[in-house]
Amino acid sequence: MSVPPRPNNRKTLIKLALFSALMFGFGYALVPLYSVFCSVTGLNRVGSNDAPLNTQVDLSRVVDVEFDSNVHDMPWKFRPLQAHMLVHPGAVSQAMFEVVNKKNEAVTGQAIPSYGPREAALYFHKISCFCFSKQTVAAGQTRRMPVVFVVDPSLPKDINTITLSYTFFAVEGNTRAEADKPSSRS
Amino acid sequence: MEATVSGHAAAHGQRPSGLRRWLTTTNHKDIGTMYLWFSFTMFIVGGIMALLIRAELFEPGIQFLEPERYNQIVTLHGLIMVFGAIMPAFVGFANWMIPLQIGASDMAFGRLNNWSFWLLIPASLLLVTSLVVPGGAAGVGWTLYPPLSIQMGMGMDMTIFAVHILGISSILGSINIITTILNLRAPGMTLMKMPMFVWTWLITAFLIIAVMPVFAGAVTMLLTDRHFGTSFFSAAGGGDPVLYQHVFWFFGHPEVYIVILPGFGIISQVVPAFSRKPLFGYTSMVYATASIAILSFFVWGHHMFTSGMPVAGQLFYMYATMLIAVPTGVKVFNWIATMWRGALSFETPMLFALGFIFLFTMGGFSGLVLAMTPVDVQLHNTYYVVAHFHYTMVAGALFSAFAAVYYWLPKWTGHMYNERLGKTHFWLTMFFFNMTFFVQHFLGLAGMPRRVPDYALQFADFNMISSIGAFGLGLSQLLFLYVVITCIKGGPKAAAKPWDGAEGLEWEVPSPAPYHTWETQPQVK
Repeated sequence: MSVPPRPNNRKTLIKLALFSALMFGFGYALVPLYSVFCSVTGLNRVGSNDAPLNTQVDLSRVVDVEFDSNVHDMPWKFRPLQAHMLVHPGAVSQAMFEVVNKKNEAVTGQAIPSYGPREAALYFHKISCFCFSKQTVAAGQTRRMPVVFVVDPSLPKDINTITLSYTFFAVEGNTRAEADKPSSRS
Repeated sequence: MEATVSGHAAAHGQRPSGLRRWLTTTNHKDIGTMYLWFSFTMFIVGGIMALLIRAELFEPGIQFLEPERYNQIVTLHGLIMVFGAIMPAFVGFANWMIPLQIGASDMAFGRLNNWSFWLLIPASLLLVTSLVVPGGAAGVGWTLYPPLSIQMGMGMDMTIFAVHILGISSILGSINIITTILNLRAPGMTLMKMPMFVWTWLITAFLIIAVMPVFAGAVTMLLTDRHFGTSFFSAAGGGDPVLYQHVFWFFGHPEVYIVILPGFGIISQVVPAFSRKPLFGYTSMVYATASIAILSFFVWGHHMFTSGMPVAGQLFYMYATMLIAVPTGVKVFNWIATMWRGALSFETPMLFALGFIFLFTMGGFSGLVLAMTPVDVQLHNTYYVVAHFHYTMVAGALFSAFAAVYYWLPKWTGHMYNERLGKTHFWLTMFFFNMTFFVQHFLGLAGMPRRVPDYALQFADFNMISSIGAFGLGLSQLLFLYVVITCIKGGPKAAAKPWDGAEGLEWEVPSPAPYHTWETQPQVK
C-alpha cells in the first residue's frame, strides 16, 4: 500500500504559532488602532450628536398665542413685548412682558392670568411665570419678565388661537418689607 | 517525531504504571481522560463557589460572606467555570474523540499535548490559592475590568498569571487540534466528510488561537500598568479604562462561541444517532458554524452599550448581534429537521441533546432581547443577564458536555452506564436548572443588580427559589459522578457500536477503545 505524502506537522505548527504571536501583537496594536479609527471616523465624540430631541412636539399643528395685558388701578405701564406667537403644541416657548413703575416709590403687584377661550386654560402649561409670585418694582424702574409655557399637544383641534391675558393687581399693605416675602403661586 | 513512532509501536503495553504513566503520557486517550477528570474537579470547585454565592443570596442581608469575599468568589466562579471546567471538558472530548473520528493514531504532537494538560494544574492552583493570600483573590468579576483590577492586591497578579498559563495551554492545545485535523485525517476523509464535532472543533481552535493571545495581551497590559509604570488603562497616567473593555471583549465575545461551538458539534452527532437519520443540512451546518465564528469578531460592543458609545456604534453592534441569530437559527432548525420523521428514542444523551436545544434556544432569545440597545441599557448588569448567559453556558455548554459523556461513555469504558440513573440525572438537572435560573429573568426585569451580596426585600422570594434550585442542581451532579464511576467499574458489556443509529469511525474500534487505535488508517469512501 502506498502511503500518501504526509503534510509536515512541524510546518503547520510553526505557521499556527506565528499566527498566535501575531495576534498577541494585534492586542497591543489595538491601543493605537482605536485612536486612529476614532479620529478618522470621528466616532469618539460621544454625546456631541446626541442632543435631546423632543418627540412630544406636534409639528403638524400651529397654534397662535396672543398676549394681552392690563393693570387694575395701579400706576404701572404693562405690555407684552410681542403681540402674538406661533407655536407648535408640545414645544417650550418663551414670551416677554415689560412693566414700568411710573410712581416715585416702590409698588408691589400680583399678576392674574386668564385665557380665552376659557377651556384653553386646561391645555396651557406655564413652566415659569412672573405671575407665580408678587412683583415689587422700584420707583421709576422698568422690568422685563418672561413666561415660559407649553401648549399641551392634546389641545382640542377646534382651538387654534389662545389669548393669554394678564392683569396686575396692587397687593394690599403695599410695603417694602412685605414685598420681599414670596407669595403662593397663582 | 517520525523517529519515535516505530520505537513507540514496539513498546506497546510497556508504558510506565502509576503516577508516572499519567505524568509522562503522550497518549491522546490518557490525556483526554485527564482533561475530563480535571474539568469535573474544577466543575465541582466552581460549583461549590456557586453554592456559596447562592447561600449568601438565600435571604436578604449579609449572612456569612463579606462583600469583598463575595466579589472574589463571584470572580473565581466565573473564571474557573469558563477556563477550568467548560473549556478543558471540550478539549478532553477533542483529545479522546478527534483521533478516533478522523482515523488518526494519536494527536499530532503528543508531548505538547501532555504539556497543555499539565499547565492547567498550576494555573488552577494559582486561582484557588489566591483566595488565601493577603487581600484575597481578584474581586473584580471575571472580566478583570480596570480601574479596580489595577488597584487590587497580589491576588490579582496571581489571577493574571493563571490567565497567562491557561491561555498558553489552550493555544497549544488548539494548535495541536488544528494540525491533527488538517494533517492526520484518514485517506479519503475530505474536509466535508468530517464529523460535525471535528468541524466545530476545527473552527473553535482557530477562534482560540485568534483571540486567546489578545486576552493574554490585555492582561499583560494590566500587569505592566500595575507594576511597571505603563498607563494603558490607568487614567492617572493618561490611559483609558474603556480601552480595556474593548480589548477584553474582542477576546470575550469569540470566547463565548469557543465554549459553545464544540457543544453544537456534539449535539449535531447525538441528534442524528438517536433519530436514526443522517444530519439534516450538513453543509449548511458547516457554513453556519463558520459564519457564527466570523460574526463573533464584530459584535463585542454589545457588552459595552452602557460604557459610553456613539449612536452609530450602538446601532452597528445591535444589528450585527441580531445577525448572529440567523446562522444559529439555521442550526436549531437543522436539528429539528433531523428529528423530523426520525425513529426517535430517548436515551440519556438524546435527552440532554433535546434539553440543550430547548434551553439553549431560550438563552438565544433572551440574548436577542439583550441585543436591543435600548433594552440592554435597562437590563445591563441585572440578573436578566445572569439568567441569559447561564441558559447558554449551563444549559448550552454543560448539557452538551453531559450528552457527550453519556454518548461516548460506552466507548471509553466498555460498559453501558445505568440508563435509569442517567435519565434521573437528566430530569433532576433539567428541573433544578430551571428552578435556579428561570426566576432570575424576573429578578433582572425587576431591577436586581448582579455581583452584589445583598438585595432589596422585594427580591427575597425569587432568590430563595433560585438558591434552593442551585443546591438541588449541585447535589444532582453527585448522581452523575456515581453513574460515571459505576460505569467505569462495571456494567453490561458495550458493543463496539452501542447506539444502532450512530455513525462514524469511532464506532468501528472495539469498546473500550484499545490504548492504540487506527495505527493503520482506515480508508474512507
